[in-house]
Amino acid sequence: MTDKHDPDQRGYFGEYGGRFLPEALIAAMDELTAVYEKARLDPEFTGEFDRLLRDYAGRPSLLTEAKRFAEHAGGARILLKREDLNHTGSHKINNVLGQALLTKRMGKKRVIAETGAGQHGVATATACALMGLDCVIYMGEVDTERQALNVARMRLLGAEVIAVKTGSRTLKDAINEALRDWVANVDTTHYLLGTAAGGHPFPVMVRNFHRIIGIEARQQCLDLIGRLPDVVAACVGGGSNAIGIFHGFLDDPEVRLVGLEPGGHGIESGEHGATLTEGTPGMLHGARSYLLQDEDGQTVEAYSISAGLDYPGVGPEHSYLKDIGRAEYRPVTDAEAMDAMMLLSRTEGIIPAIESSHALAGAQVLGRELGPDGVILVNLSGRGDKDMGTANKFFNLVPESDS
Amino acid sequence: MPLLDEGRSSLIGYLPAGFPTVEGSKSLLKAMVDGGCDLVEVGVPYSDPVMDGPTIQAAADQALANGFRLRHVFEVVEAVSAAGGKAVVMSYWNPIYHYGVDKFSRDLAAAGGLGIITPDLVPDEAAEWMAASQAHGLNRIFLVAPSSTEERIAMTAAASSGFLYATSVMGVTGARDVVSNAAPELVARVRAHTDLPIGVGLGVKSGAQAAELAAFADAVIVGSAFVTRSADGESGVAELAKELAEGVRNPVATAS
Ligand SMILES: Cc1ncc(COP(=O)(O)O)c(C=O)c1O
Repeated sequence: MTDKHDPDQRGYFGEYGGRFLPEALIAAMDELTAVYEKARLDPEFTGEFDRLLRDYAGRPSLLTEAKRFAEHAGGARILLKREDLNHTGSHKINNVLGQALLTKRMGKKRVIAETGAGQHGVATATACALMGLDCVIYMGEVDTERQALNVARMRLLGAEVIAVKTGSRTLKDAINEALRDWVANVDTTHYLLGTAAGGHPFPVMVRNFHRIIGIEARQQCLDLIGRLPDVVAACVGGGSNAIGIFHGFLDDPEVRLVGLEPGGHGIESGEHGATLTEGTPGMLHGARSYLLQDEDGQTVEAYSISAGLDYPGVGPEHSYLKDIGRAEYRPVTDAEAMDAMMLLSRTEGIIPAIESSHALAGAQVLGRELGPDGVILVNLSGRGDKDMGTANKFFNLVPESDS
Repeated sequence: MPLLDEGRSSLIGYLPAGFPTVEGSKSLLKAMVDGGCDLVEVGVPYSDPVMDGPTIQAAADQALANGFRLRHVFEVVEAVSAAGGKAVVMSYWNPIYHYGVDKFSRDLAAAGGLGIITPDLVPDEAAEWMAASQAHGLNRIFLVAPSSTEERIAMTAAASSGFLYATSVMGVTGARDVVSNAAPELVARVRAHTDLPIGVGLGVKSGAQAAELAAFADAVIVGSAFVTRSADGESGVAELAKELAEGVRNPVATAS
């Protein structure tokens, strides 16, 4: 009933995963597991999910070859999986529609979620509007400032947005606050976690809702170029878009899987969010996985110009894929990502999210390594409209005197 | 020797180690022992305390900002033992995991600590801790919640020693004006599965509330109220301990 890439009964991928959570939440995690295990085999559920992905989210998303961009990537062929074209502008909608349907199955009326870039918050607010669910979004105060446009979108969609003022005031703290809400309201509330992290069953469930990315992309590659890509590249925050596209190619050993992590101001600066590059195993937000932590096991604050990648943890399956050598993870700095953002905009007329720009910058390096015979599939996880404030600051696009 | 006196309901007081400073926390905890706490919970300040409300979060942040390091917890426990008190540690799991579960257990036992309360470690994930606690003679205090199933209560009770921690409300730490009516029901459900003493926590702040809880619980656990009162220094926490200790000695059954 499950597939060979599923975690064990207790939610472990190798040594990673599990449930390091308060007892108060275990009953809800058990219920969610049971409801999900049933739903994933129920044609009524999968049919409704597929219908929403098609008729509401706009799937399948396109595969676009980026020929002019490729000239800046060692001449390798670059294929973009266009998750930016989904309704709400990123891959996040896939998981949200799946979990919102599950929320209704569980008879819960209230949904809470964390958000970093605001893309998951917008997607969640959207699904809640569609399905008539109450919606509360926790967002770090720093992120409400750098992604103000998305705060407005969520409020317009009817969600309550709570700015979290504790800790680093970013994604990690938004998750803490959402967990506190959940402990108090678990009877009536579903926590719609936005990435493939957290306690079991979230990592496997979120992954499976995003698997469609890899399934589509694999076939689209074969249709377009008659072969599989040499490398699949995706950015890694918590790891959902990456695991979704990687899974389409897990059983193709000749295809390299490369995750691009936020290198911030550079690994040596200490200001980054490169969990798999620099972290060590530990527990955060319910799972054992790689983690940025100090000598005392205190979480170290991550840093990235990209709110969606600014997270000191990562989903457990990525830790497993790293340890067994099936996937590789590399850091990309803020500046490299921003350059790639501008480059894609100017060579292809596609403005990518800053998160996705990390994958594009990684693809440029990989392209130079592979040369003109190489083919790289890049998961373009989201569009950059939300990032205009940050881009404007970084590139000074609208100097004060003009406006 | 049992962790708690079995003749009457006990008072358990919580304070984070290193709050407001390492030395300050030693004095405050001593004052809590002198004031009448039968057992103290020495908290480990942690960067991501998902089971704690604003009061304890702020205290933990302050402790960390003032230079708390994990090894200080042993000093603080030692100070409690030296003052004639009994101490257990309350910690989120990652700091202990990162230090090394066996090594932490060894060092805690050497400091005179009697056990660990684990708010985000359930018995399902506790194989290493089961072994280390046995090797070093420490009590394993797991939590149960109103949402726990009968099956999980039985399993958790079987894995526990010393006492069982019953969270009386669904929610995070923080003083509340009324004691939850979920508490007596949860205690009754737990009793059906174990002879271990049952401690009830989350929300207690007054002697009257303590007296109410003592009517059905074997121990009354008070945290946020001690953190708040520590603004008044050692005499403040000693006074609160005294009020609460009187409460647990004079249980008042409420009609409900
Ligand atoms: C466009 C986009 N890509 C990627 C991410 C990172 O999340 P994940 O690693 O779960 O895909 C985000 C998160 O907000 C995002 O908005």
